[in-house]
Amino acid sequence: MADDLLLHEPFENPARQRVAVPFGMWAFLTTEILFFAGIFLFYAHSRWNGGQAFLEGAKESAFWYGTINTAILMTSSLAMAIAERANRLSVMPLVRAMLWLTILLGTVFLVVKGLEYHKDVSEHLVPGPHFKLEHGPAEQFWAFYWTATGVHAVHLTIGIGAVMRLAWIDWRSDLSRRDTLIEATALYLHLVDIIWLTLYPLLYLAGRQ
Amino acid sequence: MSTRATALVDRELRSPSYLQNGTDLRSWLLTTDHKRIGILYALSITFFFFLGGIAATLIRMDLVTPAADLLTNDQYNRAFTLHGIIMVWFFLVPSIPTTLGNFLLPLMLGTKDLAFPRLNLLSWYIFVVGGLLTLFALVVGGVDTGWTFYTPFSTLYSNSHVLLAAMGVFIVGFSSIATGVNFIATTHMLRAKGLTWMRLPLFAWAMYTTSLVMVLATPVLSMSLLLVTAERAFGLPIFDPRAGGDPLLFQHLFWFYSHPAVYIMVLPAFGVVSEIITCEARRRIFGYQFMVYAMVVIAVIGFMVWGHHMFVSGQSAFANLAFSFLSFVIAVPSAIKVFNWTGTLYRGQIRFSAPMLYALGFVGLFTIGGLTGLFLASVPLDVHLTDTYFVVAHFHYIMVGGSVSAFFGGLHFWWPKITGRLYSERLAQFAALSMFFGFNFTFFPQFVMGWMGMPRRYHVYPPEFQPWHVMSSVGAAVLAFAYAWPLFYLGWSLFKGEKAPPNPHGATGLEWQTRSPPPKENFDSTPEVTAGPYKYHPRESTPDEVEQAQKPQEP
Amino acid sequence: MLPEASTLAPHIDHLLLLLVGLSAVIICVVSVLIFGFAIRYRRGSKARRGRLPDWIARDVELGWTAATLFVALFLFWFAASMETSQYEVPADAMEVHVVAKQWMWKIEHPNGQREINALHVPVGVPVRLVMTSQDVIHSFFVPAFRIKQDVLPGRYTETWFNATKPGTYHLFCAEYCGTDHSKMTGGIVVMPKQDYARWSRGVNTHGTLAGQGARLFRQLGCTGCHGESARVRAPSLAGIFGRKQPMSDGGFKTVDEAYLHDSILRPQKDVVAGYKPVMPSYQGIASEDDVVRLIAYLKSPNGGAVE
Repeated sequence: MADDLLLHEPFENPARQRVAVPFGMWAFLTTEILFFAGIFLFYAHSRWNGGQAFLEGAKESAFWYGTINTAILMTSSLAMAIAERANRLSVMPLVRAMLWLTILLGTVFLVVKGLEYHKDVSEHLVPGPHFKLEHGPAEQFWAFYWTATGVHAVHLTIGIGAVMRLAWIDWRSDLSRRDTLIEATALYLHLVDIIWLTLYPLLYLAGRQ
Repeated sequence: MSTRATALVDRELRSPSYLQNGTDLRSWLLTTDHKRIGILYALSITFFFFLGGIAATLIRMDLVTPAADLLTNDQYNRAFTLHGIIMVWFFLVPSIPTTLGNFLLPLMLGTKDLAFPRLNLLSWYIFVVGGLLTLFALVVGGVDTGWTFYTPFSTLYSNSHVLLAAMGVFIVGFSSIATGVNFIATTHMLRAKGLTWMRLPLFAWAMYTTSLVMVLATPVLSMSLLLVTAERAFGLPIFDPRAGGDPLLFQHLFWFYSHPAVYIMVLPAFGVVSEIITCEARRRIFGYQFMVYAMVVIAVIGFMVWGHHMFVSGQSAFANLAFSFLSFVIAVPSAIKVFNWTGTLYRGQIRFSAPMLYALGFVGLFTIGGLTGLFLASVPLDVHLTDTYFVVAHFHYIMVGGSVSAFFGGLHFWWPKITGRLYSERLAQFAALSMFFGFNFTFFPQFVMGWMGMPRRYHVYPPEFQPWHVMSSVGAAVLAFAYAWPLFYLGWSLFKGEKAPPNPHGATGLEWQTRSPPPKENFDSTPEVTAGPYKYHPRESTPDEVEQAQKPQEP
Repeated sequence: MLPEASTLAPHIDHLLLLLVGLSAVIICVVSVLIFGFAIRYRRGSKARRGRLPDWIARDVELGWTAATLFVALFLFWFAASMETSQYEVPADAMEVHVVAKQWMWKIEHPNGQREINALHVPVGVPVRLVMTSQDVIHSFFVPAFRIKQDVLPGRYTETWFNATKPGTYHLFCAEYCGTDHSKMTGGIVVMPKQDYARWSRGVNTHGTLAGQGARLFRQLGCTGCHGESARVRAPSLAGIFGRKQPMSDGGFKTVDEAYLHDSILRPQKDVVAGYKPVMPSYQGIASEDDVVRLIAYLKSPNGGAVE
């Protein structure tokens, strides 16, 4: 890794800036974890209180959609990790390929999620007067499902946007001098994946033997 | 050659000050200079401060009589909700960090800018968007949930614009988070050579601990508001008791943010007051390390006391005891700070400039606010006092008496540095004194009527409380004057005030080692630090510092 | 000023006086020091200055830190011991049910008397309040008794008092609850025992609360399943209150007011072991007032024993 990092305003030496950007991102990721902690607390509370009825709701979730999506998202995460490493070694063609693979897989995830939403809506799994199951904890599970997956999808969309920005920079100028940026983007994307890995068992494995 | 003459020569030879570095609107709205962003924030929060103030005026006018004569019940509910939302999220939380903090932190650390200048500008735009959304909620009819957004009232029963207001506050949270992340990264990464942690001025420590609290607490508020939005907008049963949801879950999430938020408001005030008192008493701070650790301890324990807002909410008796215990414990570091400020005065060279009057006023009001906190930390007494005017008075003593006094003190203290002009000392001293008396006149009666059982958020009330309400409203008139008055003489000084020298107070901080107002790069040469802050003491100081400490200061 | 009208009030006032005294001492010390220093060490005065030896600063610092900590711990201990004693509700307490709604207080006495925004109680008798809300969160606040308790929808909260002085006292809603929050007030009328006896005989036309509950038990069709000869298999409710019920997911639950409340309105939540979750919810059919009556009936000596 060469120290030809593109310096920006307050920094006077590259070593400092190299640490500062990921440091700022880690600080931001802390806030993200606390953000999701709020909704996980809601899950814990309503599962504890809702008992069996809550799990009856959980059994309705689309296991295969969720599982396939997990695999897709993990692969996209891997691609991002490879892109980040390749950039440090300045293997630009590989970086380019992996960035686009990340974007592609992320988008596939969103499409699969959309199909799953379509299935859920047609099965009356939206809380409200036409809800499929009994009013109560099962509905709370689905309230969690819609809120959590929705917020996660927004995060992933932002993540895809950030990777697209990297691809754009790569196209217009020299990405290899911006390795703190690519590292920060990778960190963010990995967090989005970790959130999904937490959501996956809560949404698709709960209540199943 | 006198310092003033040097400054004049410098100004001609070197780069222009940050104020002259581009004067069109674009150079302000697209600036990444932390000093200009500080000014942008200052203008925005001043607007919100007076907007919240108008709501407070309406409330106090309406409460002069026990009957409903000025406002209807719904208008009254909207007025106090507006007052709370605006003052907490659009004034108090951003007040000191985003204005004085933005301006001074890089100067105190001896660097050119914050670590992420563009993120800093973005945070202001996020703030503006959140503010506009909240203003829009106000224009189309207002909100009546109180600033606390308690469910199920906010999600299922209120027929006002809860969604707009909640989204406004949600968005403004990200501006807090951005500022917090930026300050933390800056403090870690960009301290000048030789500026170790234990040489940081207390204001920088205050900014650092405040940022920690911002970063760790705000996201929880964001999620709780998002859940409120999901329940209200899409009918998802989250807190709805009919579906097995728990309204107390919302309260836990909300206070997990909103109690630490009090420390977001008051920790920066500690920083400001420490700077002013040391400079105006020309004395090293008493017990520097204790002051630092006290702030860190307050920031940490501040996260563990939220349950004391819920003693009568139906949470378990065991939880009440634990939260009560921690609330008593957090009184200890607060007391340390008050004693140490007092100790700093001992053997000083005290000058009663306007910033010093504000700072001493802060110590007094914060002491009263803190002591009444002990009343509320005792569970049996809190059962009687909570949700009455006693609580209203208590948190106003901390957040308004404390935080706002410190904000005004800091504003005056650094005014010459920020604007390059001197203000009229006499008029400012008068404002500081009238704020102290007006404040006590407004809020002390509220302790008494709270004890007598006057519940908060009451539009009409039994007649026996009227004398106290009248007293409070009269005080509020004095207070309103004290808040508006600085607008005139500070505004006047911008145009007609005498030009300020680089270091008009003879202070020792790094921010005073550069020109007033500073150039865009902050320092003409990169500073190096060789000693701790507050070198006001004669013994270890150089001879001319002693001389400077002893000679009478011009106002 | 504020009357002390319950057995609790003097205790709270002692605690208050202790804290006021302590605060006054601290405020005096701080302001004497600040003003003293401000005058003695004003700029240009002739007072002696110079640096103190380091150990003095450190010892003073440690001293007042320790002192503050001990004071804080003492206050915690003092307040906490008072709090824990307040949790013991006397066994012979008279039970009154409170249902709050926007913007009124509905009171149900055990003998079936109903009141709105008023509560008549005898002097010197402990009264236990079992409260719930029909809509948003309210809070039952009687300053003269020094009691306050939030009233939540979907659960029962409790508080108690023992009035010591006849008179009429304010009842406030202390938790903001919407448009007419400030009009959700009422009066607590504390009467000498004979007057109370006369009052409680005077206006009762509905029968006891348990009796009303028994009538509802039939009207709502509970007997259809929970009766002895019912065809649908449902657990018998005879003498159920206070028993430990085995649950279908393992474990036991004690049958108390909250359990009965949820079993009527959210029957799927706790299903008794060995039974199917077939009971329909009575949400929207039985109001909170009805549930109060049903519970009063199930708690009564012959409660739930039908046919």
